[in-house]
Order: sequence, then structure tokens, then C-alpha cells
Amino acid sequence: MSIFSLSRKNLTRKPGRAAVLTLLIAFLSLAVFGGSVVVLSLRQGLASLEARLGADIIVVPSSAQSKVSFQNMFLQGTTGAFYMDVSSLDRALEVEGVEKAAPQTFLASLKADCCSIKIQVIGIDPAADFTVQPWIARSYSRELGDMDVAVGCKVEAEVGEIIRIYDQRCKVVARLEATGTGLDTAVYCNMDTMRALLAAAEEKGISHKITSDSEDSISAIYIKVQDGYDIDAVNSRLNGHIRKATAVRTRSMITGVSDSLAGISRTVTLLIAAVWALAFIILLLAFVLIIRERTREFAVLRLLGTSRRMLGRMVLLESALCSLLGGVIGIGVAALAVFPFSTLIETSLNLPYLRPALGVILLLAAGTLALAVIIGALASAGAAWRLSRVDPGTALREEN
Amino acid sequence: MSLLELKNVSKIYGELKALDNVNIHVDQGEWVAIMGPSGSGKSTMMNIIGCMDKPTKGEVLLDGVDISKESSKHLTDIRRDKIGLVFQQFHMVNYLTAVENVMVSQYYHSLPDEKEALEALGRVGLRERARHLPSQLSGGEQQRVCVARALINHPELILADEPTGNLDEANENIVLDLFAQLHKEGTTLIVVTHDPEVAEAAQRTIVLEHGRVAREVINENFGK
Repeated sequence: MSIFSLSRKNLTRKPGRAAVLTLLIAFLSLAVFGGSVVVLSLRQGLASLEARLGADIIVVPSSAQSKVSFQNMFLQGTTGAFYMDVSSLDRALEVEGVEKAAPQTFLASLKADCCSIKIQVIGIDPAADFTVQPWIARSYSRELGDMDVAVGCKVEAEVGEIIRIYDQRCKVVARLEATGTGLDTAVYCNMDTMRALLAAAEEKGISHKITSDSEDSISAIYIKVQDGYDIDAVNSRLNGHIRKATAVRTRSMITGVSDSLAGISRTVTLLIAAVWALAFIILLLAFVLIIRERTREFAVLRLLGTSRRMLGRMVLLESALCSLLGGVIGIGVAALAVFPFSTLIETSLNLPYLRPALGVILLLAAGTLALAVIIGALASAGAAWRLSRVDPGTALREEN
Repeated sequence: MSLLELKNVSKIYGELKALDNVNIHVDQGEWVAIMGPSGSGKSTMMNIIGCMDKPTKGEVLLDGVDISKESSKHLTDIRRDKIGLVFQQFHMVNYLTAVENVMVSQYYHSLPDEKEALEALGRVGLRERARHLPSQLSGGEQQRVCVARALINHPELILADEPTGNLDEANENIVLDLFAQLHKEGTTLIVVTHDPEVAEAAQRTIVLEHGRVAREVINENFGK
């Protein structure tokens, strides 16, 4: 027999009351934890997208579809193939203020006998690249060799496995870290491999509308602007200097994503606040009802010699037990809803989505639990004070 | 030797004098009944003696200590250490079993001891009902649990407010027999009642009327 066992017995033998309190807290915790994980994942996804784009300006062919296709590759993981002449790279390097210019060439594989999987293939020039290489380096310390590929984390191929792309055998040498973007479904190779794949695709009769010769085709140029130069000015100069290509500021490419994310964050935050306010009011009401229901019990305990402080502690302890249990249930349900269905959430939101690190998730869970206990304690504090002030003689006389 | 003494005790609520200059004393080991019609001041006196209320004026000496001047916290300590309470409405904690209801009294007094609590229940004939909740016990059984709860800490005084008011005759006799046993063991009993038969079981009856002691009656047949 102790304050703890008295509180526990009260909760277990009044399961209805305990269940209502626990469910309310569970609901709160679910909203906070689930909502926070989704918002954090979206923010993480956006940060990852920015990091992976990693350039100030991106130059793509000026055809109406290429910019949209490029964005969809990043956001939705759709395949895309558009080309411009490699001379655009030289033209870009001529522009004042351009510090680095790295070409990439895209190729979409097919869902056909010639290809193991339908996938976006991205060719990079290791000598010039400054965006993809650092990412690859985290998983693979060597340079990509001929017919070597590094695969995104969502590509179903293991290291050492051979995948066929247009009947070309490519060896998987690395699996890359998750980015939460469409790039997770792409594979990366060097430019020589890409030329071989483009040639193989042409042999299969696949028209990629390559400008002249596959040897001289690239899909995008990643530009890093020199320090001290105005990015917009460099962007304008690029647009004036390169024919049949469009230079776009990276930031403007992700502005739409950023705006959508801000909107979703606002909605989720408002939703969480509304749920908390509503549940706090319901909790307060529940504790008011509990005061009325338990006045006699507390009067009896006072008569048996319980101090006011002990009675207050008992109410707070019961509230803490319900809050902890509710918090754990809420977090558990939110985890079951959010983590296994992250792909579904990503697809339906159409935004980059990258789950935060385990440490962050654990911190978030601990924070949610602490919030649950605090809100339970705040809601029950009034009841604890009122019940601890019960005058036993008066209370029992009124009861009779 | 006097265990309890009320000296010129009054309790005044606005215009109403619930107790008006009352003087009584109860010796150690004595069994006293307090009788009177409704509104005579019985419950007020019970609350003051039971450390649940303080008089407006006068002295209440319990074991030589004037409890009328004590703080609420100290009154709680005195009630827990010296007094066992039994009520007409039983007042059990409804989510605790019979034995837990007894142990909760031990917990606030010293240390819970289940064996001792079961012995106390055995003493009131409820050893077999120890694991039952109040809702599974009859009124008589609940009152016997309350007697076990009142005596578990070996109080100097057992204060009972209409302890047989909600009981049938058979259970009334069981409870009165328990009181007789406690009295034989030297426990002081004060029983507030409006039932003459319950009052006749005591050594002495103090009759209250309009907040004053109207008369005291010694039971010549006590113990016979």
C-alpha cells in the first residue's frame, strides 16, 4: 500500500474514467507526434532537396516540358529525358561570375525485357561535378568506373548486383543515403557509361530526341556562382548567352515546394493547437466531474489521516499515469500510422519527404510525452488543489 | 482518569448555537453514548471530538492536550494517531477491497501490514470476505469492515456516529458485541446515537437538547 498503489488501484478499478483520460491524452499525443513527424520530414525533405540540387542556377533545355520534367524528377521520381548540345556547357563557362559548371545527362530506362527496372539514369562528370559526388562519397569512396552505377535508396538492387539497362550490364557499386526526393529512385553513372547507355538505347530504337549526337548531349548544367556576384545577374547573363536553353535559379525551382511546405506546416500547427485546446478544455471538464465524484472518497481519506499534500500528490500521480500511458499509446499509434506509410504520405503530398534521424524522433517522442504529462498535470492541478482542501466533516455531512 | 474533557465548549454558526457551553468528561476505558433528537448538537460534538471541527469557544482536552487550539494539520495527526472513526454511512473507499480499506488506515498511521489487517477482519468475522469490494458486501459487513479499520491502529478512542443506523437487528447486535469486546480490552468508546437500545449498551448516556447537556444517565444494568 502506497500513494502509487492507491492511485493505480483507483485507475484500474475505475477503468471507464481512466480510459477516457488516457484516450484524450493519447489523442493529443497522436496529433502532436504524428503532425510533428510529418512536418519535420517535409522540412528535412526540402533541406535535402536544396542540398542535392546544390547549385545556384540550373540550366535546362528551353523546351516547354524540360523544366517541369526536371522538377518532377526531383519531386516525384518520374523519369525524364531532354537534351541540349554539350556546347552549352562551354558557353556557360564563358559567362562572367560562373565559378563552376557541372553537366548531367539523363536517360530513362524502360519497363521492358532490355531493362531490369524502369528508372531514371543520371550521368555525371566526376571531374566537374560538385553536387552529386559529395553525396556518393558518403557511401562509396572511389570514383565511379565504367559501367559502375550508384543506386538511390529506393532502387531495388543491392551492391554487387548486376542490373541491365538497354541490355548493358551495369554493376551496382553503392547504395546512396536517402534524400527523401525523387532522386532516391535514380541511378548514377559516369559520362562514359551514360554515352554507352544512350548509344544502346538508340540501337534499341528508343528516340530520346537527342540534339545531334549522343556523344555531345547533356540534359542539365549545374552552375555555382562566384562569391561576390549577384546570382540573378549571372542568371540573366546565362539566359542571354546560351541558345535554346533556360537558366533557372534553384531557389525559384523549389519556391513552390517551399510554399506548399509552409502551407502544410501552418495547417498542421493550427490543427495541433486546436486539438490541444479542445482536449485541454475536455480534460478540465473531466477533472471538474472527477472532483464532484471523488469528494466523499477524499473526505474519507482525510479522516483516515491523509495529509492535504498527499491527496494532491495522489491526483497528480493519477493524472501522470494516465498521461504517460496515453502519451505512449498516442505516440505508438502515430508511429504506426506515419512511418510505414511514409511513401504514401510523400506521394499524396507530392513533396520531398525525408524521415528525421532516430535521435530526433526519440527526442520528439520524449518531448511529446513530457508535454502530455505537463498538460495532464495542468488540467488536474485545479482538481488536486480543490480535493486536497476538502473539509472532511462538511463533505461527509453534505453527502449524508 | 479522564481521556476526554469538554470545558465550556460552544459552537456558533451565525445566530445558531449548535453547542452551548457544554461540559462533559469521558474516562479512559469508558463506554459513553451521546443521545439527543435531530439538531441537538450530536454531530457537531462528534466533529469537534473527532478533530474534524473546532469549537467557537471553550477547551477540548484529549489525553491532556487542548485540541481546540491545534492547527488543521496537527488535528489530522491527532485524529490518525488517537481516534478510530465509525460512521452510519460506512464511508469505505469504494475501489479498495475490504482488506485494502483496513490497510489504507494503517498506511497513513504507520506501515501497512496485510497479516494484521486480515486478523482485524477475522476479529469482526469477515476474514473470508477480505478480497471483496464494498459493492460486494452487505451493509452490515461494510460496517464491520469499518470497525476493523477503526481498531487496526489501536486507537485510544473509538468514535462512532450512528454506527447501527443503517443495519438490521442481527448486524446491530454483531456491531454492539464488537464494541463490548473492545470495551473489555480497555478501549474508550463514544457512540453517538438516537437509538435508546444502542445507548443502553453503554455505561453512561449523555443526553443533548438544544446544544446543551440536558442530563446524564448511568446504565445500572451495564455488564449484567
